[in-house]
Amino acid sequence: MSIQNIEQRIFNSEDFKNFFTELVTPIIGVLIFLILWSFLAPKVVTSLGAIPGPKQVYSQFLALVDEHKNERHKETAFYKRQEIRNSKKLAKNPEAIIKTRKYAGNPTFFDQILTSIITVMAGFLLAAIIAIPIGIVAGLSKTVYAALNPLVQIFKPVSPLAWLPIVTMIVSATYVTSDDAWFDKSFLNSAITVLLCCLWPTIISTAVGVTNVTKDLQNVSHVLRLSWWTHVRKIVLPSAIPMIFTGLRLSLGIAWMVLIAAEMLSQNPGLGKFVWDEFQNGSSNSLGRIMVAVVVIGIIGFLLDQIMLFFQRKVSWDKTVSLR
Amino acid sequence: MNNIHLEITGVNMDFPTPNGPFRALEDVNLKVLKGEFVSIIGHSGCGKSTVLNIVAGLYQATAGGVILNGKEVIGPGPERAMVFQNHSLLPWLTAYENVELAVKTIFKGKKSKAEMKDWIEHNMKLVHMDHALHKRPDEISGGMKQRVGIARALAMEPEVLLLDEPFGALDALTRAHLQDSVMEIQADLGNTMMMVTHDVDEAVLLSDRIVMMTNGPAACVGETLHVDMPKPRDRIAVSEGKEYNNCRHEVLRFLYERHGKKVEVLETKEEGQKNDVVNFKQSKQINNKVA
Ligand SMILES: Nc1ncnc2c1ncn2[C@@H]1O[C@H](COP(=O)(O)OP(=O)(O)O)[C@@H](O)[C@H]1O
Ligand SMILES: [Mg+2]
Repeated sequence: MSIQNIEQRIFNSEDFKNFFTELVTPIIGVLIFLILWSFLAPKVVTSLGAIPGPKQVYSQFLALVDEHKNERHKETAFYKRQEIRNSKKLAKNPEAIIKTRKYAGNPTFFDQILTSIITVMAGFLLAAIIAIPIGIVAGLSKTVYAALNPLVQIFKPVSPLAWLPIVTMIVSATYVTSDDAWFDKSFLNSAITVLLCCLWPTIISTAVGVTNVTKDLQNVSHVLRLSWWTHVRKIVLPSAIPMIFTGLRLSLGIAWMVLIAAEMLSQNPGLGKFVWDEFQNGSSNSLGRIMVAVVVIGIIGFLLDQIMLFFQRKVSWDKTVSLR
Repeated sequence: MNNIHLEITGVNMDFPTPNGPFRALEDVNLKVLKGEFVSIIGHSGCGKSTVLNIVAGLYQATAGGVILNGKEVIGPGPERAMVFQNHSLLPWLTAYENVELAVKTIFKGKKSKAEMKDWIEHNMKLVHMDHALHKRPDEISGGMKQRVGIARALAMEPEVLLLDEPFGALDALTRAHLQDSVMEIQADLGNTMMMVTHDVDEAVLLSDRIVMMTNGPAACVGETLHVDMPKPRDRIAVSEGKEYNNCRHEVLRFLYERHGKKVEVLETKEEGQKNDVVNFKQSKQINNKVA
């Protein structure tokens, strides 16, 4: 009887439960996955050999890190040589015209990661800047909402692969690049495709958030006779913040998925291109390297969402609400 | 002597519904004197809030209208402030900022920054909330929230204060304290006040006149009752007096005999009264402590 009681107390204690669900269970989940993976992978044999298990994938990751380090060494060596050459030239003849050339090595895996992150942030931030005001206006005005709704509903499900050719054509028709242009064409293509795909969730969520302003608060606004601008700033925006963030997080998730697809299809620099190049390479290491990319893509997607969650916590006035 | 401050004349209110218009009010007439405290009492859903919202200018009457100081009311205005039942504070602003929002809109260009600050603090003091200026609504109790709501309304320096079941969601003890505050404020400032309530004791204690509404649909003013008790009123002393019990009896008779709904409603209400009696004793103890 008493032992039973003690047992019960242990299993009912909140701390224990929290510890269990927050730390132990996820670790068990990952372990089970790794075991299944290393057990099943060797059984699938492709034209490039057996599917690599976790161990091989990890060694490919280390190889990619090494490649990156080597490439950096080469780069610094290149610039050092160039500098020495130029200073010799200048010593001989102070009037000499010196040329500085850029290092033209291949982008490493980590360079591709950086490119992808910059591109996705550019497309996403631009989309947010456009989508939030549109959503607010649509939420405030039934007319605007009615006018926008069919467009949003039709454009929302369009695949990035369908946008890409159009964007590419328009960018190459309208954006004339020179060597010192601000952006590469490929960067614009990817960023705009991302923008077009991740605009919609933010617009919809923001509009919904704005229409959800309670009748009470609207009455307060009327009785105080707040100006339109004050009404939006003090009542509408804070009310809609949770829904705006829901939209933004959906959008960022979509943006990241779209970007990888766009990079693969259009051969724009980034992680997507890395995956595609490895696929085309078809060496015995390719599958392992692609898997490294898959894991990294997943982790970055997760981190991006966590960053949004962090900002949501920062901005949200209701600290009690549980954010997932 | 006293002149008419606010006049509701022949007000009808139709709400559009899928099955055609729903007539909530029909031919509501009411004259309110300057500085008078009028309570509106009636069964739930009879249209009390609707009357108040029409006076506030939030609803437009289908027929008839409201005249304030000889001018027709066509929308919300700073001379009519409203205290809402569920406080309706902006949850993302502190108590101070909630009041500030009202003050900034009403006194833009009329008061300096320092004057505004003094004015906000003054009103918070009036409702005894100067100790929690920078707390957010989720950090203070229901009664305190309602106090801030009242401060926000008072800070608009209104001629007419409209209160829609302001203490309905509070426990009896907190309610008693807030009622005292409202009596205090009215003695100080002399605003005209219109309050919707479903609490008979509250109506009798606070009001100069009680307006009893008939049951909807198409509700109107059934009877009005003058409460002839000198002010300021002390809840304990008054509750033992004859006039108090007469008035209380009159209102109950109107609500349950002439316009009673179902027996079950009556029974639950009776329970409520019993509670009130108990709470009076409690508040008496509190008062003794304070004294
Ligand atoms: N905006 C509205 N639309 C439709 N019907 C309404 C609206 N507001 C109130 N009513 C109806 O009018 C009647 C009176 O409502 P109300 O004034 O809120 O009653 P109460 O006396 O409880 O405050 C109720 O039957 C209610 O359903
Ligand atoms: Mg009501």
